[in-house]
Amino acid sequence: MKTNHKPNFRKMVEPDRVRKEVYTDEEIFQHEMERIHETVWIYCGHDSQVKNTGDYVTVQIGRQPMIMVRGKDRKVNVLYNRCPHRGNMICGDMKGNTGDQFRCSYHAWTFHHDGKLKNIPMMESGYKGTRLNKDSPELCMKRAARVEVYRGFVFASLAKDGPSLKEFLGEAIVAFDDMCDRAPEGEVEIVPNCFRVIQHSNWKLFMENQIDALHPSVVHQSTGRAAHEVEKQLAKKAKSGEAPLSYHMLSAFATVTIDKWDNFQTINYPYGHCVLAGYMGLRPQDPDTLAYDKVMLKAYGRKRFEEIIGVNIHHVLVYPGLSVQSPLQQLRAVRPLGVDRTMTEIWHFRLKGAPEPIYRRSLAYYNLVNSPATLINADDLENFWKCHIGLTSDGGDWVSLARHHGRDIEKNGVVSSGPNMGTSEAPMRNQMKAWAKYMSSAAQGGLR
Amino acid sequence: MSDLQLQHEVEQFLYRQAELLDGKQWQAWTGLFTADGIYWMPPDASYKTWDGQPAIFAEDRNLMAVRMGRVLHPDAWSQRPLWGTNHVVSNVVIRKAAKNGDVEVTSRFHMMELRRDDVRHFAGQYTHHLVKVKKGYAIKLQRVDMTNAQAAYDYVLQVWV
Ligand code: FES
Ligand SMILES: [Fe+2]
Repeated sequence: MKTNHKPNFRKMVEPDRVRKEVYTDEEIFQHEMERIHETVWIYCGHDSQVKNTGDYVTVQIGRQPMIMVRGKDRKVNVLYNRCPHRGNMICGDMKGNTGDQFRCSYHAWTFHHDGKLKNIPMMESGYKGTRLNKDSPELCMKRAARVEVYRGFVFASLAKDGPSLKEFLGEAIVAFDDMCDRAPEGEVEIVPNCFRVIQHSNWKLFMENQIDALHPSVVHQSTGRAAHEVEKQLAKKAKSGEAPLSYHMLSAFATVTIDKWDNFQTINYPYGHCVLAGYMGLRPQDPDTLAYDKVMLKAYGRKRFEEIIGVNIHHVLVYPGLSVQSPLQQLRAVRPLGVDRTMTEIWHFRLKGAPEPIYRRSLAYYNLVNSPATLINADDLENFWKCHIGLTSDGGDWVSLARHHGRDIEKNGVVSSGPNMGTSEAPMRNQMKAWAKYMSSAAQGGLR
Repeated sequence: MSDLQLQHEVEQFLYRQAELLDGKQWQAWTGLFTADGIYWMPPDASYKTWDGQPAIFAEDRNLMAVRMGRVLHPDAWSQRPLWGTNHVVSNVVIRKAAKNGDVEVTSRFHMMELRRDDVRHFAGQYTHHLVKVKKGYAIKLQRVDMTNAQAAYDYVLQVWV
């Protein structure tokens, strides 16, 4: 939907506060889809999801249903999931193998994996003398304007102009480097399971919450405390004196108090990306870790190994739609379904060449925190919904993002939270700054 | 024990399991499990083991204690609103009955959940590995294959199904 009159987006975002409509207005949502999600680089999937020729997965980019498919030339294509004949969706499943062609289920037009028309039944007799012939470009499935792959992670942009993927990611590229470098073989492979969870709120609430270091000790107190109790009992019983690491992952939500979260730092980049640096102290010296270290040392040598292991990241957000926890090899892709509904697709990856226990360690986090029976996100989702309802009310016009405002450290367009101010709302301010720029920029490619 | 009597006892046990969930008797419900008992909900019916794989739930008694501790905590925000479930269990088929009294049994369940004003439905198959104990049975494994396991979750599952 293209809308002609244009709300003044810049006026909706002030350095330390945002108008509530930004989260609740249907028209603004449509503009967002057009100017942000259907313009910038959006994560489609990992190339290990489509290993063989003809393997495909379907994915939503903004409002557009798309297909990511492996071609005969091994290239990954991203196409609109739409038949050029009368508009039928080509793939009705979430994933599968389409063989050596796509075949529309309505009138049997067929297409190559790159979207080019292969055949129309009775082309000659049916279309002779019409505006269409075999070479008409409108008889092809439309392709995403641009597709780029970085270390196996496939991104597409529906705008033909704009920064390259690398330029767009900037420093946030560390999300993928950190994940892949931790694999002795330098690559990750998808674990073939996707958890999909819907929240009743705007997509931006998710992106803001992911790096909101103030919230865990408030919101996740219940699970943190409960896990801490069990952890203590298990530690008492254990020979090593320690409970399994998964309990620590959960209890940290309560035992890492707000002042400790302040020791973390957020580093905020142009385009709205953010790195939350600092970690929950998951660098144990148990036999599993030591065995992993040995494999890594062999693969990389001491110097490079120390560099890789020394990367100190908790979370990377790639604005507007990706949250990566590289040390735990998992990510959540954000798919806006409407102004008040958002789906997250949650994936886990295996470090190629790493011993099995290392996979199991991050798997525990995937299952306990990121599954649909999550012990953590249940309370986040509750807040998202409550925020959304509150924001639709006339109880106030602004959302405040003022925590530690004015104390950020800015250098060459990169904004860091001040010392001991990890709970600064700098990431939200930075996201909204990028948002306002995208929304006011008429040029395709957004911020460029 | 006659087949009929066995069928009756196993059914009564499965009903009680569901009643305890619907009655929010978490402590008594976890008490149904053996010390090494597992509650498992695979993401897909094709899974053969809970071990080392993605799982919606894969919980031993310790993790059950965490989940129970969470929902009973006064700050479990998502548990504050009106919330309740109703299970119906049926189609109870005994698959294996060992000499020592242990039983493998499948059944079908349908759970309706109310949260605030929203109703959700979850349904599927239970597989229970039951161990014969003095007072009836204990659960060694409760496998829950939800028909809608792969569907997108509109909100999440807070407690066991
Ligand atoms: S709509 Fe696809 S062939 Fe007619
Ligand atoms: Fe949270």
